[in-house]
Amino acid sequence: MQQQLRTRINDFAFKLANVNGTGSASANGLLMQAIFRMGIPVSGKNLFPSNIQGLPTWYEIRVNKDGHTARSLDYDLMVAMNAQTYARDIREVRSSGYVLYDSSWPLDGSLYREDVHFLPVPFAQMCNENFADSRQRILMKNIAYAGTLVAALDIDMPIVEALLDETFAGKAALRDSNRQALHIGYDYAREHFHCPLPFHLEKMDANGDKILIDGNTATALGCLYAGASIAAWYPITPATSVMDAFRQFCERYRRDPETGRNNYCILQAEDELAAIGMVIGACWNGARAFTSTSGPGISLMNELLGLAYYSEIPAVVIDVQRVGPSTGMPTRTQQADLLECAYASHGDTKHILLFPSDPAECFEFAVKSFDLAERFQTPVIMLSDLDIGMNDWVAPRLRWDDSYRPDRGRVLSEEDLKSVAKFHRYTDEDQFYVPSRTLPGVHQSGAYVTRGSGHNKFGGYTETPSEYQEVVDRLARKQKAAGSLVPHPKVQTRSGAQIGIVAIGGCNPAVQEAVDLLAADGVQADYMRICGFPFHESVERFLYDHDPCFIVEQNRDAQLRSLLTLETCVPKNRLRSVLVYGGFPLSARLVVEEITKQLEVTHAVHR
Amino acid sequence: MPSIVKPVATHPSLQRNELGLTIRDYEGSMSTLCAGCGHDSITAAIVRALWEVAMPPHMLAKMSGIGCSSKTPAYFVNGAHGFNSAHGRMPAITTGANAANRDVTYIGVSGDGDSLSIGIGHMCHAIRRNVRMVYIIENNGVYGLTKGQFSASADVGSKSKRGEPNQIPPIDPVLLALSIGATFVARSFSGDKEQLVPILKAALAHRGLSLIDVISPCVTFNDHSGSTKSYLHTRKHATTATEADFVPPASEILAHIAQNGVTTVTMHDGSVVRFRSVPESYDPSDRARVTAYLLEREKKREIVTGLLFIDESLPDLHEANKTSDVPLARLPFEKLCPGAATLDKLQEDFR
Repeated sequence: MQQQLRTRINDFAFKLANVNGTGSASANGLLMQAIFRMGIPVSGKNLFPSNIQGLPTWYEIRVNKDGHTARSLDYDLMVAMNAQTYARDIREVRSSGYVLYDSSWPLDGSLYREDVHFLPVPFAQMCNENFADSRQRILMKNIAYAGTLVAALDIDMPIVEALLDETFAGKAALRDSNRQALHIGYDYAREHFHCPLPFHLEKMDANGDKILIDGNTATALGCLYAGASIAAWYPITPATSVMDAFRQFCERYRRDPETGRNNYCILQAEDELAAIGMVIGACWNGARAFTSTSGPGISLMNELLGLAYYSEIPAVVIDVQRVGPSTGMPTRTQQADLLECAYASHGDTKHILLFPSDPAECFEFAVKSFDLAERFQTPVIMLSDLDIGMNDWVAPRLRWDDSYRPDRGRVLSEEDLKSVAKFHRYTDEDQFYVPSRTLPGVHQSGAYVTRGSGHNKFGGYTETPSEYQEVVDRLARKQKAAGSLVPHPKVQTRSGAQIGIVAIGGCNPAVQEAVDLLAADGVQADYMRICGFPFHESVERFLYDHDPCFIVEQNRDAQLRSLLTLETCVPKNRLRSVLVYGGFPLSARLVVEEITKQLEVTHAVHR
Repeated sequence: MPSIVKPVATHPSLQRNELGLTIRDYEGSMSTLCAGCGHDSITAAIVRALWEVAMPPHMLAKMSGIGCSSKTPAYFVNGAHGFNSAHGRMPAITTGANAANRDVTYIGVSGDGDSLSIGIGHMCHAIRRNVRMVYIIENNGVYGLTKGQFSASADVGSKSKRGEPNQIPPIDPVLLALSIGATFVARSFSGDKEQLVPILKAALAHRGLSLIDVISPCVTFNDHSGSTKSYLHTRKHATTATEADFVPPASEILAHIAQNGVTTVTMHDGSVVRFRSVPESYDPSDRARVTAYLLEREKKREIVTGLLFIDESLPDLHEANKTSDVPLARLPFEKLCPGAATLDKLQEDFR
């Protein structure tokens, strides 16, 4: 039986089922942005196929006045605009929820559900009547359903109209047809349904000066602000938009107004081997350079990451993780490159990793990546993921301190070199075990041969065990020292905490919410979010202080847990795993269910 | 023989170049290659060319991958930075290095394994991008460091030391380069320093990638009868297509270039390459005709040498990308970071 939902303000989720390539993305983005401008915490998750046109695609919007914007699995409303997926879309709506669909064609009787409300709107029919052009008829259907949602959910119409005006500034005809479509959907809903629905929106002031931005754009801004002048890359989903954004920012902010010349160079490489090679060549020569890629690219970059590690050349790699192994699912999210990145390349190698959890940290950690890479003369890999990178997030406004100066590490100047009798590349280490380096084109006395072959501390070729070991042992000490300078873990404690929860990166919003939900269930948890590798010493302390510790991560093999057991002395059996790796952004419900289940098992055993 | 250190003594009568440096100032460490290796002759030609053009040692970067050839950057110009990187990746690394600092001169030394097998993609794309560098392939048709396997430049029928003939067709770096837009293509023989030195000097002046394929016999694994990359075979079959003189810029000689029977190409920096004794109707700036000529000669089993093709008109990587004249690696941070006020303003786009 259909039950009336109780009234809920600013706390619900809805899902839009569309056909890829029909222009739905702009309508969905419009809705998301309008809700954001209403001052309400909101998130949008684009669950899209690896396809340009034709396959099903979904967009989920969740609003939550308390700021919980991880993916929700409880859909109050389904906007079913794709007949191919009606069956599963209608099945997913929560009981007593709503299904909005295009009633230009009758809905197959077998799809009806007794316990949900159906909202039929003849979108195609109305668009065909109002628009002559066939492409426009398809596109305007999207704006029409947006109009219906404006009425059904009480989205602020003036805000939506202002957004359309901004989008189509200078294109009056387009603006008018979009407005027309918007009102077609809006008016129909007002006429035929009781608007708004029991769950709907009310303006708030929760967003302050926050911004709506995706992680890849924020990462690109970080690289721009860090002073990266060279970027080399090979196109790959979901990292491509990092470089697209970097190029756009460079075109705006890196063109010399006097000479018209570019203070940047973006190289689209022939493959990822070349991309990392170019970055290493540029960094060897003293520029700040980076590449953006995803798991398959990291696989190819392994060889040269080892070269940069061993010959001590800075490099910054942005890994926007997607689902592996192999080609995997390029448009789905995962955290499954942890082990690959931590120990990338043959031989004894270890790399510095940073784990941003949202676009604001993508910006901050991108800058930090360059500082660490140059400080430690080694590759730094920032592991973002598709959820952070490609979805729009409500993020704290990005801040920049004009007193920031890049940490270029220990590079000898021409002046330094004039007073040096003989320069030796891998001697003269500092408190972090980092030697000083020289750049080509500066001074003759800084010259040496950089090599990936066995070398002694003077930089000379060697096959002598003691000379070889002296260098690689220092590298191990240097790597360990980096643990004190990577971003420290973020720890939230609760009084009377019984368990610990550990997570990284994009798990954060879901785990934050899960901690609250668990507390409501009487389970108090301390939460540590790890931000960097090598692990800061406080990571091990937290693990020792909490038994059990639940390690929440988005991969099958518990890679973070493996890293923790490899790199700390914490007994393996204290660390439990919560693993979600199907490819969609994490939701709190799955974390709570799994932890609760494991705790019940533990209690049963103890009883 | 890494234990042998070259004495640093210099004879006072040695000639000095414009920078006041003797040829010894362009030498490197003692070679550890086999006695008689063609690569060492190429090294000597590089030393000679760099000394003659008075290259400031610290403004040179010596780039290489892996293999016998890739060891040679250690054997010339001790005062220059070197980068003995990974197998086949030299062109990619040099592309990045060049993007970062356009003021440095890059010499990449590679081999036929490094450039025609594992790194062929990188070489091709460096050529396409016209990265300003001298790109030398020390071509011996064989993998030396791993003891004598055929490389991709081994001719069909050429025999290995064990007497097995190579079955699969070779890749000719000269024809390959011409087909993908190379702007400077030459072939020479390690045993012909007189030809190689002026080619190297012209290559150093070229604004773009200068590909020089140098047949360089491997005395240990590929100098036997039946090999088509041996000293004997190369001497017998090499034919000189062009003899090139390199005339530095702003030189008095400019006025005295005889125009009759001499083809000249003016380089970007004002220097001139004079082609003497070129075959009739050979135009070193006509890609199609040069290619046709080479194919025709190849049929006759001739190894055509000389500076074969040059085009100074095409943009190099920096021109194509309109990068700043100041090397990107030397730009002050203030020129790179747009600052807090801009960040605040640009975020209005994300509201």
